[in-house]
Amino acid sequence: MSATNTIRELEGAANPEPPRRPKPARMNPADVLRVGGSGLRSRPMRVFLSALGIAIGIAAMIGVVGISTSSTEDLNRRLQAMGTNLLTVTPGQSFVGDAAHLPAESVEMIGNMDDVESVSAIGKTSAKVYRNDHTPKQETGGLTVAAARTDLPKSVGAEIVDGRWLNAANSRYPAAVLGPKAAEQLGVHRAGPDVKVWLGGRWYTVVGLLAANELVPSLDSSVLVGWTVAEKELGFDGYPTAIYTRAEEAAVNDVQSVLGATANPETPSETTVSRPSDALAAKEATDDALSGLLLGLGGVALLVGGVGVANTMVISVLERRSEIGLRRALGATRGQIRTQFLAEALLLSALGGLGGVLLGIAVTGGYASYQGWPSVVPLWAMAGGVGATLVIGGLAGFYPAVRAARLPPTEALATT
Amino acid sequence: MTWQATGATTDRPVVELAGVSKTYGDVAALRDADLVIRRGELLAIVGPSGSGKSTMLNIMGTLDRPTQGTVRIDGHDAASLSDRELSALRAGTIGFVFQQFHLASGVPALDSVADGLLYSGRPRGERRRLAEKALRRVGLGHRLYHQPHQLSGGEKQRVAIARAVLGDPPLLLADEPTGALDSRSGAVVIELLHELHEAGTTVVVITHDRDIAATLPREVRVKDGRLEHDSGRAGTSTSLVPEEAVR
Repeated sequence: MSATNTIRELEGAANPEPPRRPKPARMNPADVLRVGGSGLRSRPMRVFLSALGIAIGIAAMIGVVGISTSSTEDLNRRLQAMGTNLLTVTPGQSFVGDAAHLPAESVEMIGNMDDVESVSAIGKTSAKVYRNDHTPKQETGGLTVAAARTDLPKSVGAEIVDGRWLNAANSRYPAAVLGPKAAEQLGVHRAGPDVKVWLGGRWYTVVGLLAANELVPSLDSSVLVGWTVAEKELGFDGYPTAIYTRAEEAAVNDVQSVLGATANPETPSETTVSRPSDALAAKEATDDALSGLLLGLGGVALLVGGVGVANTMVISVLERRSEIGLRRALGATRGQIRTQFLAEALLLSALGGLGGVLLGIAVTGGYASYQGWPSVVPLWAMAGGVGATLVIGGLAGFYPAVRAARLPPTEALATT
Repeated sequence: MTWQATGATTDRPVVELAGVSKTYGDVAALRDADLVIRRGELLAIVGPSGSGKSTMLNIMGTLDRPTQGTVRIDGHDAASLSDRELSALRAGTIGFVFQQFHLASGVPALDSVADGLLYSGRPRGERRRLAEKALRRVGLGHRLYHQPHQLSGGEKQRVAIARAVLGDPPLLLADEPTGALDSRSGAVVIELLHELHEAGTTVVVITHDRDIAATLPREVRVKDGRLEHDSGRAGTSTSLVPEEAVR
């Protein structure tokens, strides 16, 4: 004891200045990544399975967002094609509750407005239409017989799939154009001089068939006849029941606000003005609640995936105690051990996140092409997906990493 | 190395233990140990299992702190250093060799050895270059890309030794380096430690094997947590410095 004390004193005299304090070196990011990845490389199956958990969650969320975006994109393109500038005026109810009617001259008055590109109208009649004269009277099939002005296709964007539209000549004669649902019910598959339907007690020749019209779906189940023949033969009173107006794109709102008053200046409150494209968009938007639910489910799946990553990391730390001990012996600081396991967890979940994004894109692409939609996955969803996995991975890896770092080196090395 | 920078510090002992005790609860694993190891020594710390020699290794390796007493490693008072600083001290000053080799499965020898300097702040290319040199030095130049399962026990331990001496640390601590080896491989490993010692490294071998201990220039016997016998201290009252260190 005294001998060593002497030695120490002598040493102290020989080395008056203490050595510089050792300072840990920083690991460069590439080494951090490599060390974090080394833990994953040695257990590929486990890595695959826990990354899959994350991937399913992300894929579900990307899929939901992608499918709803694709559907919206499809609607937008359809609306773009149909035009969002169609305005419809229908008679509302009168002050006392009777069905009101629009003045016969309202179509002309609207046509005289600024910013109106085109205007047309139909007028419903009380006539019934049947396949033939033997069909029982009550089997009307819910079809409407309406008088149509010859300029109707231009305003509503109706397309003829067979035959032709009513014109100045044939609208005076018993000729009809059928909407697709009406044609189906009446068993009509083509137009032609020999194709006839029993309408209002006489034969009408089917001169044309319409394509389905999304903006004005009521036309689909309508049988349209000429204005003149309707007045003459079907007891039509000549009052339009729906006026279709195409306004200048930039002035749609202005036109909409005065349309009712223009159509029926005496009692503007007895008109109803609507914009079919808005109704269509609103109908599709009602799916939002379902999307929210699915998104929530995706979130739950992601959370479960995160728990899977946490579990994998906890086990990994338990199994690799001796590796941790060795690294401490090689000079790793607690912080460097913590960083290693955090990097491993982040890599693991980033792997799952990337896989999930790809899977989500595949699901969206598959479903969209099945539906005939354009396939759109917003960039924010992909970035958000990967970002979310990194947050999940960081949370999942934090506790195991802290545990690994707190492990005393001697204890870690004692396990074989 | 910094210790070579000034001539005055070159004869600083690599390890100094003064009055070092370590107790776990009521059990004293090490009692009042005094030990000085000078630069360039090769010594054995020998004792039966449970004698406290592993505790000594942990304390000399700064993996554990003593309950009492002073530990100086390469002149640094371990008690005054934070955990971070001790880590840095291990990274630069101490090389470890373990009985179980601690080589990661599936990792080529070259990368295992290169990890010896992972925490030294040196770039990867340099680490790998030094690793190749170290592997050639331990006679494994033909096994650079072999994985642990392709190596014999003796070769694994030589890989571990290469990793430990990669950064040329002043102190090499070998904990039962031959414990898991047959006698022939063990002899090769001991021979290698001799070679490292001759090249200037301070080597401390912790072993329960008295035969191995007897072949080393200095032998410190530990029993029941006490240093019983130190061959290097015979007559130290006049010759403070063990002969090996004077070379």
